[in-house]
Amino acid sequence: MKALKKVIQNLDPKFEKGGKWEKMYPLYESLSTFLFTPKHVTKKGAHIRDGVDLKRTMFMVVLAMIPALLFGIYNTGHWHYELQSYLNPEQFGAYSDYMTGFGDKLLYGVLQVLPILIVSYGVGLGVEFIFGFMRGHGLHEGFLVSGMLIPLIMPADVPLWMVGVATAFAVVIGKEVFGGTGMNIVNVALTARAFLFFAYPTAMSGDKVWKSGTSDVIAQNGGVLPDGASGATALGDIASFVGDAPIVAGEALKAGSSSAELLQKFEGAYDPLHAIIGMIPGSVGETSVIAILLGAALLLFTGVASWRIILSFFAGGFAIGLLMNLIGANAYMDMPAYYHLIIGGFAFGAVFMATDPVTASQTQYGKLWYGFLGGGLAVLIRVLNPAYPEGVMLAILFMNVMAPLIDHYVVQANISRRKKRFKTA
Amino acid sequence: MSKAVRLKKGLDIKLLGEADQVKVDSKTPTMVALKPSDFHGLIPKVIIKEGEKVKRGEVVFYDKYNKDVKFVSPVSGTFSEIIRGEKRRILEVRIKVSDTDEVVQLDPVDPSSISREEVMKTMLENGLWPFLKQRPLDKIANPAVTPKAIFISAFDSSPLAPDYDFILHGQDQYFQHGLNALSKLTDGKVNLTLNAKGAPDNAFVNAKNVTINKISGKHPAGNVGTQIHHFDPIDKGEFVFTINPQDVVTIGKFFAEGRFDASRIIALTGSEAKNRKYYRTIIGTQLSSIVEGNLEQDNVRVISGNALTGEAVGKDGFLGFYDAQITVLPEGDDYKFFLTKGWLGPGFDKYSSHRLFPTWLMPNKKYRLDTNLNGEERGFVVTGEMEKVLPFDILPLQLIKAIMVNDIDAMEELGIYEVAPEDFALCEYVCTSKIDIQEKIREGLDVIEEECM
Repeated sequence: MKALKKVIQNLDPKFEKGGKWEKMYPLYESLSTFLFTPKHVTKKGAHIRDGVDLKRTMFMVVLAMIPALLFGIYNTGHWHYELQSYLNPEQFGAYSDYMTGFGDKLLYGVLQVLPILIVSYGVGLGVEFIFGFMRGHGLHEGFLVSGMLIPLIMPADVPLWMVGVATAFAVVIGKEVFGGTGMNIVNVALTARAFLFFAYPTAMSGDKVWKSGTSDVIAQNGGVLPDGASGATALGDIASFVGDAPIVAGEALKAGSSSAELLQKFEGAYDPLHAIIGMIPGSVGETSVIAILLGAALLLFTGVASWRIILSFFAGGFAIGLLMNLIGANAYMDMPAYYHLIIGGFAFGAVFMATDPVTASQTQYGKLWYGFLGGGLAVLIRVLNPAYPEGVMLAILFMNVMAPLIDHYVVQANISRRKKRFKTA
Repeated sequence: MSKAVRLKKGLDIKLLGEADQVKVDSKTPTMVALKPSDFHGLIPKVIIKEGEKVKRGEVVFYDKYNKDVKFVSPVSGTFSEIIRGEKRRILEVRIKVSDTDEVVQLDPVDPSSISREEVMKTMLENGLWPFLKQRPLDKIANPAVTPKAIFISAFDSSPLAPDYDFILHGQDQYFQHGLNALSKLTDGKVNLTLNAKGAPDNAFVNAKNVTINKISGKHPAGNVGTQIHHFDPIDKGEFVFTINPQDVVTIGKFFAEGRFDASRIIALTGSEAKNRKYYRTIIGTQLSSIVEGNLEQDNVRVISGNALTGEAVGKDGFLGFYDAQITVLPEGDDYKFFLTKGWLGPGFDKYSSHRLFPTWLMPNKKYRLDTNLNGEERGFVVTGEMEKVLPFDILPLQLIKAIMVNDIDAMEELGIYEVAPEDFALCEYVCTSKIDIQEKIREGLDVIEEECM
């Protein structure tokens, strides 16, 4: 360690202004400050400072996502082999059981998800470095989190070039044009997902992307999925209840069935317990509510995420879900409100996306409104606009844009409250 | 009518190195200095020449833009030199202390028996006025305005703060005399705020001619700014004067004895200081008279004032005009490996308001904190952290952003008139993005002074 310290000590001057390798300073700074907290001392103001910095804060968020990532890797493997079990019953028949073939599933998941992670970090950090060089500063830590978020909200089968393009788009247009970490208006990872969602809808929605290898299976099976197999998610299925062709897990149901019948089938296919554990298809990291809540516990315990946002986001979703139950115009509206919280990306959005402090409301009261409206809006979009089965992404992006408005009202309230003190005095 | 307030927000940074409650005499300094930089925005006009003799209490310079405000020599001696900085700005006016003590002697007066104008004249002519600061702007009080109130905080809650109950013990009479003088200056009340949790000295408890309020809570409960905000907030166009309790004694002494007595008791604190005690010394003393031989090691930062708002003056620097404390901290100019002492370390050596560090597990542990920034400056990312340590109904982040974009209307509406940089010292401490927030507040106040005052 002492030797390393000496190396840094000797290298530092060479990269400083006027030094030999001054131009490489951003790269050097990023690497050296990762290894050693620099010897910067306070110059103005408070002579002592809190131990916390953005590196530690961001690292905690990355750490909080690890359970979701690990579960997502296995889940990806499971649904791949689940589909294989239809195509190749002799070899993989038993693999439709969740825990059978653990090693195979894990290996497949790793091979499928790791490249996405690498591309996301590679492209994102690459772009960040380019901007770092342009602005003469090292890497700011914001992307450490975004780079992890992006793979977790993609379907496992997303082509890698798409991940790269989307990441580059999100970092440049979503963040760097506004000035970098801390300056962006909308969540960077969600920008990446929204970009793909609208630019390449076939890769991001429908019923052919959620289980890894679906398209191969279809190709090998003569253009259709094997009998009994399904590539849809719970959200896709429940959205079909609104139209004329209700379908659950590949099984077409009679049009005109009553809500109760439809929902019974739905609950049969997507057991709430399975949904909470995460044993359902979906984007890589979004399925397991338990893994997400583990992360949430870490974030709340360390105070990195705002409990106001997480709590009110769930509350908002549940409240609007109940409201839908009251209206009850179709089977989707009749779905028990708690289902909204455990399927799709709701929990993931609430814990990891809505809580992004830069794009969320920045006032304490504003956070409550921001979360509540975000959660409510997510459910509203899901139920009322089945063309967008996943409302969470759009709801959070919308609330990102609305957050300054919410803050505006909180600030105005503060201003008038402060003015009032003098009138009564 | 006295009020009591309990604060929920705030942060007590627990540092090693409190001063023992023992009063000792410091060595007589050979040099003292008046530092115009202690008074924000002051341009001094020096009226004595180098090599001239000055008596204790004789005017050395006055405020160029407010000729009535005069500054006097705290000692009898010889005007030694002027230390200048950039653009020939005067940094220090140094006076060599002589062996004989010649004093400007006036007749003692009872401030209760004279008019406001006479009290003001005495204070202005004899260098007592600069002890008064004003809000808004946090600078020397403007003698042209009549404050709606005067606030005195009877305790200091900042890290390793000197104990005013101990310092003022036995000075009841002078303190009261000073209060009587101050009460002439305002049409409103003189507010003395006690720590509801402590056992205040009789000098405070028995003070008359004042309104006694009580406040309890963590730092910044002892800041006058916090107390003004909760007891008598400042609206645009209003003024409040503030003063330290020890300086009230100095004013009281002047009226009682007819001469300027610059003596002051200060606490030597900080983990790197030895013989941490209360020292009897004088305003503007060269710190070497106190810290020499009392440092644990060489690589230290000697601060006049506390660790949050003081000024790094070095061990040959001079005591600030308003300071009653010296803090000696270890310099943090060393690399810290990320897994042991750096950003990913266990963090037992760091005091943090965030639960990302184990600080909260050991509520009574005291820390030896150094001056490392513990990170690099970033844009604002984390929200809600400053709100936890600012016991004001003021939105800190929004106010700071208004200052950054120079939005004067927003600054006014968000409370710039009520704040001073010191009130945001804790916000600066906790800031994850390592932004110099006190400096930002000062910039905002400067803009307000230029545009709105």
